[in-house]
Amino acid sequence: MNPLLELTQVGIEFSTAKGSFRALQNVDLKINKGEYISLIGHSGCGKSTVLNIVAGLLQATEGGVVLKGKEVNEPGPERAVVFQNHSLLPWLSAYENVELAVKQVFRGKKSKAEMKAWIEHNLELVHMTHAMHKRPDEISGGMKQRVGIARALAMEPQVLLMDEPFGALDALTRAHLQDSLMDIQKALNNTVIMITHDVDEAVLLSDRIVMMTNGPAATIGEILDIDLERPRNRLQLADDPRYNHYRHQVLSFLYEKQRKTDDSQTAAQSSAPAEQTTIKENNETRAINTPAGQADAHGPEQEKLNTLKTA
Amino acid sequence: MSIALTQTLSKISWLEPMIKAAQGENRSQNLSIIAKAIGIPLAGILVFLMIWHAAASSINTSLGKFPGPADVLIQSKTLISEHITEREKAAAFYQRQDERNARRLAQDPDYIVKIRDYTGKPTYVDQIGTSLITVLSGFLIASLIAIPLGIVIGLSADLYSAFNPVIQIFKPVSPLAWLPLVTMVVSAVYVSDDPLVAKSFVTSMITVMLCCLWPTVINTAVGVASISQDLKNVSQVLRLSWLTHVRKIVLPAAIPMMFTGLRLSLSIAWMVLIAAEMLAQNPGLGKFVWDEFQNGSSNSLGRIMVAVITIGLIGFALDRMMLLLQRMVSWDKSATLR
Repeated sequence: MNPLLELTQVGIEFSTAKGSFRALQNVDLKINKGEYISLIGHSGCGKSTVLNIVAGLLQATEGGVVLKGKEVNEPGPERAVVFQNHSLLPWLSAYENVELAVKQVFRGKKSKAEMKAWIEHNLELVHMTHAMHKRPDEISGGMKQRVGIARALAMEPQVLLMDEPFGALDALTRAHLQDSLMDIQKALNNTVIMITHDVDEAVLLSDRIVMMTNGPAATIGEILDIDLERPRNRLQLADDPRYNHYRHQVLSFLYEKQRKTDDSQTAAQSSAPAEQTTIKENNETRAINTPAGQADAHGPEQEKLNTLKTA
Repeated sequence: MSIALTQTLSKISWLEPMIKAAQGENRSQNLSIIAKAIGIPLAGILVFLMIWHAAASSINTSLGKFPGPADVLIQSKTLISEHITEREKAAAFYQRQDERNARRLAQDPDYIVKIRDYTGKPTYVDQIGTSLITVLSGFLIASLIAIPLGIVIGLSADLYSAFNPVIQIFKPVSPLAWLPLVTMVVSAVYVSDDPLVAKSFVTSMITVMLCCLWPTVINTAVGVASISQDLKNVSQVLRLSWLTHVRKIVLPAAIPMMFTGLRLSLSIAWMVLIAAEMLAQNPGLGKFVWDEFQNGSSNSLGRIMVAVITIGLIGFALDRMMLLLQRMVSWDKSATLR
């Protein structure tokens, strides 16, 4: 079977005031239909650059991306993006935000009633029907990200690109959204590329974890196949030796093989504090995974609780 | 509808406690808020009037003492009664004309009725009307040019760099410098046997337009240029057409800045108008001030002072109108507007 998406010798050079800067080189990756891929690596290693190249928002200076036999050279709805900070239009309600995408993609293909049903269906997938006529500033961060996911799903993308979709959320909300995402993925079996900082998230959600070396001139370091049967349950996995083995492999890649040296820290000073928080975040997530799994049973109440907490 | 109206009105800060008090919500507390909200500004105005009164009586000019608050009150009453008298005269004139025409028709059924307009001099109220029409048409034309221009140059960094020097050079130009040029061009171009509007009106309007274009252009362009990259990415991923991109993303995002520009433009337009009317002899408030100055009677200074206060009040009212309009149009109702 031919892969759905193929990255061949992808590299990119940015021209800066101090001369050209090579962010990526020799990125080779084949992704099959229905695969869930995570990209993990330290801050500033070019994960987002890879995603933006696949999205078409950035142009690779070397190599190329081929989707279903066609070269990617501009953005398009068949490669829908879930942005880190939700990127909803603040002047439109949740429904209207999804509507904008649906109208754009299905103009002439669906009738008005069909579009309405399709928008509502997608908002239902992410459990947002109760607040679909609220504007982004009236809903919590987790709910905004849900709408962002609904908007991307509604485009029926061939590849769903997610740029740290849960990075800005607190640990409980994040766990809750990860579970929602696994349910959706079970139903739709989308092809997904997700960027993450979170080792647990990567192991829990992915079929393969692509680990990237530190920049400049970052590339793919190792690829880890996650052979855990689905559906996956975070509670059961917490005690599963295979799960902990995968986790350990990713952690050892990040903190032993690709440890940020003092040199690279001074080179990218801004990323140093980010790295520290990443480690902290992981511990937090780890500690909280079990209670989060229980809390998930409460569903919307949990969401409300988080809203209250963040408010 | 009435609920929506109450909600809109209650967004106006000083009306909020009144509405709440009227709705019986925490009455005593809201009444004390009202007392504070109205009492303190009122005290400020009273102190100002006292200082004005004291200062005015000690300034002597060749036309008598500088007008104090009392003179202004007398003169404004005179201006209003002059307006009423003039209106009565006009009504009487039209009545006489109608009666005469009716008589003639009765004598001779073939008589073609001639209706002549009353040609009395414009009153103070007429002049305010003329000024408002002039400033609003100038401002409207300026906005129709400035908003699209601002959007286009805001969307492209190159166009912005190209237009920016021209804008920066024309922005500080005084209306008095434009006026002679505009007058000559209007005289040369606007030639008609039966003109729809007077030349003086066109001249004032164009001068106003030239001076109040720039704040809207600059602020709209800055608003458009500062749209976040995330929203632009969304637009790109959705492959929105240029027009949809402008309509759905650029316009709503730029509205707050656009209105900042429009409000600046309108206040400039109003200031420029008075000067333009003085020189172009457009029969509005500017001409009123100029005529009173040339007239030089003992009442003139008082009447000019009435005009000064009228100009201030109208300027304030225009700004408030723009604010209300912004509230109606802007999506971000939570943003504080001042």
